Amino acid sequence: MSLRFKDIQVGDRLPEWSRQTSFPEWNRYAAVNHEFVPFHMDDEAGRAAGNPKGAFGMGNLRYAYIVNALHDWIGDEGIVREAGCQHRVLNCKDDVLTVVGEVTEKVIEDGEQRVRLEINVVNQDGVPTCPGHAVVVLP
Amino acid sequence: MSGGVTYVTDTMREAQGKWGENRTSPPITETDIRRWSIATFYPEKPPRIYWDPEYAAATRWGGIIAPPDFNPFAWSFDRGPSARLSMRGQRPDGSAVTGMNGGQTDTYGVPMRPGDAITERSRLIGWWEHEGRLGHTLFVRSEVEWRNQHNEHVRTRLSIGVRF
Repeated sequence: MSLRFKDIQVGDRLPEWSRQTSFPEWNRYAAVNHEFVPFHMDDEAGRAAGNPKGAFGMGNLRYAYIVNALHDWIGDEGIVREAGCQHRVLNCKDDVLTVVGEVTEKVIEDGEQRVRLEINVVNQDGVPTCPGHAVVVLP
Repeated sequence: MSGGVTYVTDTMREAQGKWGENRTSPPITETDIRRWSIATFYPEKPPRIYWDPEYAAATRWGGIIAPPDFNPFAWSFDRGPSARLSMRGQRPDGSAVTGMNGGQTDTYGVPMRPGDAITERSRLIGWWEHEGRLGHTLFVRSEVEWRNQHNEHVRTRLSIGVRF
């Protein structure tokens, strides 16, 4: 079942999408993305790279959570046309990352029914870590 | 920039604005897509569109597609633009900088599918430097464009690399 453009209103919120992240998630991502960077795998290397808490997660995995949250919301008939974010706060071990978002605009553009959202990824302390935006196309 | 310190290299200055050589990914397989989606949705099961051919055949896509963030170059021998000197920067003493991902904006065209081979070109757009929490830091802006074997646009990524 896919979301429909006609059913969306400005101000609608993306259903919250969460993952607790630590080595089980980071190691799987390292394996598929060939991203075996020491500061993602080893606490000492994480501290040497400037994070007192040790190893930290991949920005690209947090970005994956954003597009996955969008996909789970719009369904298989929708399209993620654009997504972007800035990695402002590190993802430390056992953080619970929650993708949040709000519809800011509905437009018909290039023959597509597009919905624009402001996006962020908030950690368990309520700290926004990753401000961004997205554009999805809906039937 | 502060105190005359710069991590910008002559290689970067020469490369600025110029598209580099193309590289082409190995053909994407269903297994690549399934594993990618398992990793990025873990511990939940990923959507069927990414791993169930029978289900996917009945959707608008007519078959399995890859998640938008799928990286077909992950296990290539050529490590790509972030590994190239023209994108990296260097400390004045010649030692290597530490690199981190500062963020990105992706614009997506057609989805990637099993059997696709993606061709990439990339260029360094520009940079800025400042003194921050990590000491002297170089921010590198780059653009990476992907097309499939039919020359259809797949993705354009504008990204910021952080070097310190």
